Amino acid sequence: MKHFIAIIALFVSLSGYSQDCNFIFLGEIVDFHDKTPIVGATIYIKELDKYVASDIDGKFKIESLCAGEITLIITHVACENKTEKYTITSDTFKTISLEHHIEELNEVSVNANANKNETKTAQETVIDSKKLKRYSSLSLGDALKEVPGISSINTGNTIVKPMINGMHSSRLLIVNNNVRMQDQEWGIEHAPSIDINSANQISVIKGSGALRYGGDAVGGVVVINPRRVILKDTLYGNTTLSGQTNGRGFTASTSLNKTFKTGWFANVQGSVKQNGDFESPDYLLTNTGAKSYGFTANGGKKTLESGFEVFYSFLNNEIGILRSSHIGNINDLVTAINSDEPFVVDDFSYDINSPKQEIRHHLLKGLYYKRFQNFGKLSLQYDYQNNQRFEFDIRVGEDRDKPALDLNLQTHTVSADVVVDSNLDRKLSFGVMGRYQNNFANPDTGVRRLIPDYDKYDFGIYGTSEWKLNDDVTIDAGLRYDFNRIDAKKFYRTSRWEERGYDVEFAEFEIEDLGTQILTNPIFNFHNISASAGAKFDLNSNSYLLANYSLASRPPNPSELFSDGLHHSAARIELGDLRLDQEISNRISATYNVQTSNFELNVDVFYNRINDFIYIRPFGVEQTIRGAFPVWNFTKTDAEFFGIDISANYDINSNFNLSNSTSFIKANDLDENRPIIDIPPFNINNAITFNKAEWNNFSASLKSEWMFRQNEFPDFNFEVTNASTNETTVVDISTPPSAYHLLHFYTEATFPISKKTSLNVGLNINNLLNTNYRNYLNRLRYFADDLGRNILLQVQLTY
Amino acid sequence: MKTNFLNLSNMKTFKLLAIPFLCLALFTSCSDDDNPTLVNEEEVITTMTIELTPTAGGNTVTLQTRDLDGDGPNPPVITNGTLMANTTYNGSIELLDETDLNNVEDITEEVEEEDDEHQFFFTTGLGTVAYADMDGNGNPVGLSFTFTTGAAASGDFTVTLRHEPVKDAAGVSSGDITNAGGETDIIATFNVTVQ
Repeated sequence: MKHFIAIIALFVSLSGYSQDCNFIFLGEIVDFHDKTPIVGATIYIKELDKYVASDIDGKFKIESLCAGEITLIITHVACENKTEKYTITSDTFKTISLEHHIEELNEVSVNANANKNETKTAQETVIDSKKLKRYSSLSLGDALKEVPGISSINTGNTIVKPMINGMHSSRLLIVNNNVRMQDQEWGIEHAPSIDINSANQISVIKGSGALRYGGDAVGGVVVINPRRVILKDTLYGNTTLSGQTNGRGFTASTSLNKTFKTGWFANVQGSVKQNGDFESPDYLLTNTGAKSYGFTANGGKKTLESGFEVFYSFLNNEIGILRSSHIGNINDLVTAINSDEPFVVDDFSYDINSPKQEIRHHLLKGLYYKRFQNFGKLSLQYDYQNNQRFEFDIRVGEDRDKPALDLNLQTHTVSADVVVDSNLDRKLSFGVMGRYQNNFANPDTGVRRLIPDYDKYDFGIYGTSEWKLNDDVTIDAGLRYDFNRIDAKKFYRTSRWEERGYDVEFAEFEIEDLGTQILTNPIFNFHNISASAGAKFDLNSNSYLLANYSLASRPPNPSELFSDGLHHSAARIELGDLRLDQEISNRISATYNVQTSNFELNVDVFYNRINDFIYIRPFGVEQTIRGAFPVWNFTKTDAEFFGIDISANYDINSNFNLSNSTSFIKANDLDENRPIIDIPPFNINNAITFNKAEWNNFSASLKSEWMFRQNEFPDFNFEVTNASTNETTVVDISTPPSAYHLLHFYTEATFPISKKTSLNVGLNINNLLNTNYRNYLNRLRYFADDLGRNILLQVQLTY
Repeated sequence: MKTNFLNLSNMKTFKLLAIPFLCLALFTSCSDDDNPTLVNEEEVITTMTIELTPTAGGNTVTLQTRDLDGDGPNPPVITNGTLMANTTYNGSIELLDETDLNNVEDITEEVEEEDDEHQFFFTTGLGTVAYADMDGNGNPVGLSFTFTTGAAASGDFTVTLRHEPVKDAAGVSSGDITNAGGETDIIATFNVTVQ
């Protein structure tokens, strides 16, 4: 074997003409995907300190090379730099693939702040890390309200469930680092088990356009992404500390990220939060303290060609629920509604007593992907989630410290996704998903199970495609099929089983008669088809139109099927219905977006028609030893939701900015010809912001939040006779609270400490005027006012 | 230059795609067929029995409310009674959990142990009720009481058990429920005839 000894140091190669230095290196630079030549790439020959450029065919030529090693560094706009080493022994020809679409491929990031949309034609809004950092001491649901059309349904102030266009719980799909959250999201008091501090970017997609994640997102999809991996040798992180007056709370959060040019990376993040009893303007909200800590770690190797990632996150929440919201019967509810103040107002405390919730969520994910030349990318993922929920009620005797609810939900998911992107003008994605879920309701609570033990099996298959028809028009379309099987074992009270008529209709489910209770084995299979199609029209260089249609199919969740018992804070008996079938949503939407140098406007409109919409409504009253309780049944109707969400931004000059976000939604029960309950009222937010970059990026803003009164609501009031006083009163559970207007102030500045270190200081005053108000979408509005003024100081050190 | 990229061979892709399904099959086969254990509700009051014994001697009258299916659809079964006019009765209350009829639990003891957190309230136009017991703080409880009937009439006798009432609120210690707050554990209205 001919082998020239390579001892060519730089100066030798420059001066060593005495050697055999007449070899020619011919190179061709092509795109990794489609093999098209890349024109105008710069090739730097390190040993010669010389530059050449690729020609119109992607070719280049280096002459007069000596035998030995050469190092080529190839750079091209929008490409990842590439370094290649060759040993020259003769005239050489090499083809070099360059990744030309690194940003679009979303694998690894060149620019740490690049935002990436999940969809092309759906109504999607991205909340970036700059905005998210202001929510460090709050929750996911609070942060999402940055987006017009997004509200939340709350139980107090720490249980905040996001609501997209009036829909929440099982109608939203929450995806954390590509894992669909399985955290008992069916319950209205079950907030998403997400630590906001672990998110770097959140995409909110209205409607079910993101079929990759599931076909049942009747309301929408929330995609939470951690920081993308930067291909650089670097170590960075940040630490945030904040303290607030209301609730005397603090938050500490820190993250550390290490990345290597080779693609290896490791990130750790942790946060701790605690607050004591919150305060409304006039009184303390006893037992509203909360404690939370979370931890996230991930690591792996990501390069363009292949990579893997292991991700683990843990969150522990302990949340106190307003003491006065725990009531015994409907007369207590009447008393609470008619009373201006909650019955129990104690001194400030950090103690969290019953009623309270304790939630622990583990998420473990392993991902592997490989990119095939001239084809696309295959990803394989396995994820496991373990969601443990305890709910403590006020109980007597030995049961005092026993949880009344103890549910453990475990979910395993495997998925394979393929993205064919060799032709970026015609992308194709498809994939399959399999999931097994087990719910275990611990019988040691001494309370009949609210949600039964069940096994659930899901299987999904989808395909989506995206075509760039021409420079102005992109269209996308997708189709998905899901199969769900739920296999439950539930004890019914024999009296309830018979009262519902299940003994006749579902006799085949009966396993064992235990006298007063009956063990049943309901098994249901659901087949779901979902689809989506849309188009994006670029009207000119600064405006576009989106149009989208989506079909979603959502099977009833375990709560809708199996609920069976008294709900304490609502003083009502809630009953699921085994006869429920899927709800089918047909949603059309359109968006107009215009962006000029100083003005931005986005208008979303939508119409969502949902057949067999599942909801809960009162059906009558049942007598118990504790008095009369209204019975609320899960039932179905045909419903329509429509609305408009507007956001506008205007730079008056380089220092002053005005912004507005407005949303309006109407929802009708078409069978009963009345409005749907719990729909956010018309709301309008305006802000004026002063920015001065020269003053350490100083900014100050004053925001006005105007929430109108919801005038469209179903009248679910009922009459009750108080046996102690013999008076008959109307229980007004329906009338929404009055409109309110709040002012919020925010200011921040960033101080450079060293070249790589900076300190951001932010001051946030919420409810500046200490206004008394109650929010229609807070389930504790019957019992107490919402939060009074809160002054929050936050420092964030970035290094 | 790396040249060892896999060219997409169908076999390989299919193998990779098959992995998830093998895993899923594995999970499926793991699920067990054991039945869950029955939960008999603990600390539930299904039955309140009030015994009224004339101080001067005579027949004991029993009033009872009994709701064996708890939050279930069946209403409580009420046993009413007839009292003598202008008579003083010693009243005592017994609370039972009869969810499981083979294992009846006495809840009266729980209330006695936590008497500072419980109070009965009596509302009636048929006579006057006075507490005959006290908790550790000197506030009434109501497990024992006296009921002095008035002239012959018939009407309601309502008994309410509140958990965690505000015992020091105005009127509460004298038996007025108006400012008591707390949660209602029992409320029962008996039709009583006084003759």
